[in-house]
Amino acid sequence: MASSHSEATHHIVPVPVYLGVFLALIVGTIVTTLVAYVDLGPFNIVVALFVAICKATLVILFFMHVKYSPKLTKLVVIAGIFWLIILLTITETDLLTRHWIGVPGR
Amino acid sequence: MASHGATLLRHHFENEEQQKEASSLGMWVFLLTEIMFFGGMFMAYLAYRQIYPDSFAAASFKLNIPLGAANTVVLICSSLTMAMGVHSAATGKQKLTVIFLILTLVLGFVFLGIKGIEYHDKWVHHEVPGPNFHPEDWPKNIDMSHASLYFGLYFGLTGLHASHMIIGAGLLLYLIIKASKGAYTPEWYTPVEMVGLYWHFVDIVWIFLFPLLYLIDPHFGK
Repeated sequence: MASSHSEATHHIVPVPVYLGVFLALIVGTIVTTLVAYVDLGPFNIVVALFVAICKATLVILFFMHVKYSPKLTKLVVIAGIFWLIILLTITETDLLTRHWIGVPGR
Repeated sequence: MASHGATLLRHHFENEEQQKEASSLGMWVFLLTEIMFFGGMFMAYLAYRQIYPDSFAAASFKLNIPLGAANTVVLICSSLTMAMGVHSAATGKQKLTVIFLILTLVLGFVFLGIKGIEYHDKWVHHEVPGPNFHPEDWPKNIDMSHASLYFGLYFGLTGLHASHMIIGAGLLLYLIIKASKGAYTPEWYTPVEMVGLYWHFVDIVWIFLFPLLYLIDPHFGK
């Protein structure tokens, strides 16, 4: 059972992959900073968060080796992100809809 | 020292793969608690930013975007050197491991130094929430009390992040000392890899903090 994992555990990420990820992260930082100066109305935050999520995904997959990790680790990472999404969306549904029916406190 | 592989395997694990997987799984579970910890603060920030968009944009305009962007680049560089440190440890290059870990530590201190300059600016310009809070050139039509809420969240989030960096610097110092004594081999370098995971996580937190705190409508003040 454990032997099926041995290949994944000993995987060593080649240096060019790290350099590629690094360049992508730098480009992402430049893009976010420049786009912020352009008035896109409500889409400024959408672009900013989209770029940030892409950058975070690159770091998680390559720098943190999740792409090369066993399925159990991947499951744990996905579960964590899923729980964070629960925290954010359920709070947002309250914040965004509370004034629809005139509940006190908003 | 001679039979590394045999001696470093704890008896409750079947083999080294399993031992290594257990370590990284445990580290990830810890990082999940960190995700929820920072997640709660991010949610508080997002909620108040939605409720007081104008005050938050005006307050965010007081931050120094070039310094924030520079710090983002510094942290990304430190993540690269950390990844290279883990890579060097995994391939048994002891000298390179030490060099990359030292570079990571130095970049961590550069980040904290720049953060210190920013905090000092906030202090000098009365932008720290408290009795002396009165930002200069504040737009007349915007409520200042909500700006103090923004700066409270700013100091809370960046302060929590900076304290993680300080803990990370301590961990790196420990790794540098151990690595220079040759404690890590391609068979066992788990501490280097685990601190790497922690360091990258702290980098990810900043990847979200920078656009959310610094880049709310910078065209606002134009």
